[in-house]
Amino acid sequence: MSRLPLEKKVLSENDRIAGRLRERFQQHQVFCLNFISSPGAGKTSLLERTLERFSPSERVALLTGDIQTDNDARRLARFGFPVKQITTGGTCHLDARMIERALADWPLGSPDTLLIENVGNLVCPSSYDLGEAAKVVVLSVAEGEDKPLKYPAIFFKSELLVLNKTDLLPYVSFDLGKAREYALQVHPGMEIVELSCQTGAGLDDWMKWLARRRESAKDVARASRPLLREHPTPERGRGQDARATTGETPALHRLAPGQE
Amino acid sequence: MHELSIANAILDAVREERARLNGPRVIKVGVRIGALAGVDPEALSFGFEVLVKDTDLDPLRLEIESTSRRHECSHCGHVFTVVDYQVNCPDCGSADTRCIGGDELELAYLEVEES
Repeated sequence: MSRLPLEKKVLSENDRIAGRLRERFQQHQVFCLNFISSPGAGKTSLLERTLERFSPSERVALLTGDIQTDNDARRLARFGFPVKQITTGGTCHLDARMIERALADWPLGSPDTLLIENVGNLVCPSSYDLGEAAKVVVLSVAEGEDKPLKYPAIFFKSELLVLNKTDLLPYVSFDLGKAREYALQVHPGMEIVELSCQTGAGLDDWMKWLARRRESAKDVARASRPLLREHPTPERGRGQDARATTGETPALHRLAPGQE
Repeated sequence: MHELSIANAILDAVREERARLNGPRVIKVGVRIGALAGVDPEALSFGFEVLVKDTDLDPLRLEIESTSRRHECSHCGHVFTVVDYQVNCPDCGSADTRCIGGDELELAYLEVEES
């Protein structure tokens, strides 16, 4: 019997696809965020409030993952940006292959921002790289403030913690200071934004973070960008017919905002 | 419960390696899991047992090595294991330390029968 060392990542296949996605995103200057939280913390609400604040000329596209239903895609499609639902049919997380498949017929070069809403789950999505520029973890004050200690992987791997539903603070025993302290213990230097999707308090801070992060990603993309662009002219016409689809071709190819 | 998907990925990787090695009988696969990997070793072992049963790899065994979170002090260079989220350097007390390990989810080794 002999023992052969391997030194290989278990999810190397996922990582390989994620690497390919990341390269495509950088090449076409697409800024991609991966939103993760437990079910009900407010990922969809945060995206709704975000889309509301974007001007119609913003070139944003969304992918939203759920085990069943396209309810979230329907909620998000109301804002006129292209949305595609990924229904995992039981799987508790999105993986890179699902993203690649969902984007298969998307001519990159049109949207410059891709927001991915993961399946509501604080554990499993943390293991799967989707090629995103950053992960954002959302925690609501209706949960326990010790969640960062209980689920360290996702807090460690996320760049930003959004503490949502702060309007509920008078009614719950959530200790905001402790939550911050725990998050920083798990992830020293982690950025934290407090907000309420209900009242709108703190949303400006979130939008500022988003704008800043998007700019810094552009700098990275510019530095590693080839001299010639593959898609110099984005297609015309956007928005109105953004659809919520489950298995069907997404409306992503219809977007060419900023061209109207 | 993504441990089943991970167990599946381990089996795929073992098959790939076995083919690369010209098909030896694989007895054991060693996997390294860090404290920050977000993977529960017990759930993984359970999922692995269920998946491997009655397949071409049965009775392949899984051995899990758990690794803790490690930090390096940016001030004095000391490398230490983080216990109870205490990330300050135990040597010089500096709070300026950075994580250098603990999120592993790796295949460490295969034990194969010699032909």
